Parts: sequence; structure tokens; C-alpha cells
Amino acid sequence: MSDDMDFEEGGAIKKFMFVNRKAPYGTIYALEGLEVVLISAAFDQDVSLAFVDDGVFQLVKGQKTDGVEMKNFSPTYRALEGYDIEKLYVERESMETRGLTEDDLLVDVQVMSAAEMGDMMAQQDVVISF
Amino acid sequence: MKFAIMVNEGPYTHQATDSAYQFAKAAIAKGHEVTRVFFYHDGVNNGTRLTVPPQDDRHIVNRWSEIAAQHNIDLVICIAAAQRRGLLDDNEAKRQGKDASNIAPGFRISGLGQLVEAGIQSDRLVVFGD
Amino acid sequence: MLHIVNKSPFDTGSLASVLRVAKKDGGAVLLIEDGVYAAVKNSATEASLKAAGMPVYVLQPDADARGLQSRLMDGVNMVDYGGFVDLVAGHDNVQSWL
Repeated sequence: MSDDMDFEEGGAIKKFMFVNRKAPYGTIYALEGLEVVLISAAFDQDVSLAFVDDGVFQLVKGQKTDGVEMKNFSPTYRALEGYDIEKLYVERESMETRGLTEDDLLVDVQVMSAAEMGDMMAQQDVVISF
Repeated sequence: MKFAIMVNEGPYTHQATDSAYQFAKAAIAKGHEVTRVFFYHDGVNNGTRLTVPPQDDRHIVNRWSEIAAQHNIDLVICIAAAQRRGLLDDNEAKRQGKDASNIAPGFRISGLGQLVEAGIQSDRLVVFGD
Repeated sequence: MLHIVNKSPFDTGSLASVLRVAKKDGGAVLLIEDGVYAAVKNSATEASLKAAGMPVYVLQPDADARGLQSRLMDGVNMVDYGGFVDLVAGHDNVQSWL
């Protein structure tokens, strides 16, 4: 098994998608999901983030967590660019259903239809959902 | 085929770890290899050796330890998630100045990179969670 | 892509999201855990599963555990854990809609 677990040097880059479908703070999934995303940057893979359903709430501007005494991790989404993670996809219907527009989001994203999101997902090698 | 598995919920409350275990068992029975199970979020609680379920119930922690020993599966508990939730091995307990460790046999504590690596090295990564 | 749904459609929108977003071509839906409730005959979700445009599979042990043996709609395919493994191996990729 040890041989199998060795890194394949020069192996093909895989397409990793992290699918965020949960809102922040109510549960820890969004925060710990983001921690995985940051680590993934070190592996030189083709990384993207998808925001679907309540996951779009992670990107809402103006999060202020003093009152709940939890860490406001929303600035981290803006820092992703520094890790060369620049593919942030938001599904339009999820956003609009929740009364949001692109102007409500704290980072530049690519807004796409459900069909486009489905195509994007189908192209991935590894999909990790939180 | 090489499978990696991610378990995002703790034992007994949620069926995720049961489903993951049954999946792993079935994959092995079909001649596949399960290379790594990565425990994240509350899933880290699958790795405490202090679990004492009633006699007539399944022992989820021991079951993981046993299948790992029999089939050479790498059971990895995320260190960041584990520290938050009070799951420690001897080294971590010493390092953090705690008076006890509680990790079960066959489990090891390591970083999130192990999850990304599992995604790279396996043919399929299957996520079980809430 | 194999889409795994583990939530009751009467509790969350996971299944609805899969049916809205998933690429039908090459896609399949596997209902596990509480996801199996979506396949109950005469339920409000039966029609949406019939119109899924993808094969729908139900994990038999989960359906059995919930007393659904004789209550499932026509047109869904029953699989055991071995069948679950085959589905994952048989699709290029897999996504759990947690």
C-alpha cells in the first residue's frame, strides 16, 4: 500500500470543485469548508468553488459577527485570489430566490444558470460538498 | 478501483458514518481498494476510543478500527477539526498540555492536505455527511 | 455524474436542487438514508422523480429500514451497498448533495 500512496510525480492535474450549499454561522460547514479550500491551493490542482442554495449566503456583504462572538470569516473569500483560486461560481436561481443580486456579494463571481452549473459539475474529477 | 471516503458527521447521531462503513465494506467485498477514510467536521468523533455503546448496538468506532486493520485502510482525522472537538493523540495531548489522549487504534491525526491528497490519488472520493 | 441525495425532500431542497442543476446526460440519482422517502408511491415528489430525466436508484437497506419495502413508486431501481459501489465506479464522478 505504501507504494500506492506515494505521490505520482508529474501526475495530471485534477479538477476539484468545492460545493457550498450551506449558510454560514448556523453550522460550521461553511467555515471548515473554506479551510479545505485554502489547503487545496497548495496542491496545484484546478480548483473551483460553487455556491448553490443557501451557500450563496456565505458571500453576502456586511457580515458582522461581534454580537454572536463568532469569527467573521467572510473576508477570506476575498483573499482566495491571492491563493490563485479565482473560479467562484454562483448559481443564478439560488441567488435570485434569496433576494440577492451580484451587488450584494463581497467578491467577484461568475453567475451562471443551473444548466451551466450542472455542466461545470459534470466536468469535475473530485467534488467535495459541505 | 481505488476509493477514498470522507465522513463529515459523528457516530450515532447521523447515519453518515454507518453508510460510509457499509460502502467501504461493500467496495472491499467487490475487490476494490479503500485507501483512506478522512474524518472531518464532527466526523472526527468517530475516532475516540472512549466510546462505550450499549452491548446490543453496533460499535461504530471499533468497527472502523477493525476494518482498517484487516484491509490496510488509512483512517485520518483532521487535526484542526479534532482540536476544536477535543480529540487528541498522545503527541497532540503533550503538545497542548492536556492530561489525556483519546484516539482509537488505527486512526491517526493529520492535516487537511490528506483529504486533498486522497482526492488526487484515488479514482473516486465519496463524501458522507449531513 | 452520480448525484447522491440523503435528505428527505419534505425536509430540505436537496433533491429539488439536484433535479434543477444536474446535467441529465450521463447523470443518475441515488437516494440513500432519508433521501429514500422521495421515492414513496403517491407522494408529492413521485411526479418530480418520474420527470427526473435520469435513472433513479434507491438504496434498498435504507428503504427497508424505514418500512418502505412495498411503498415505493414504479420506475426506480433498487440497489444494495454493492450496487451503490457499482454506481460510483460506473460513473465518471460523484457528488453528495449534503
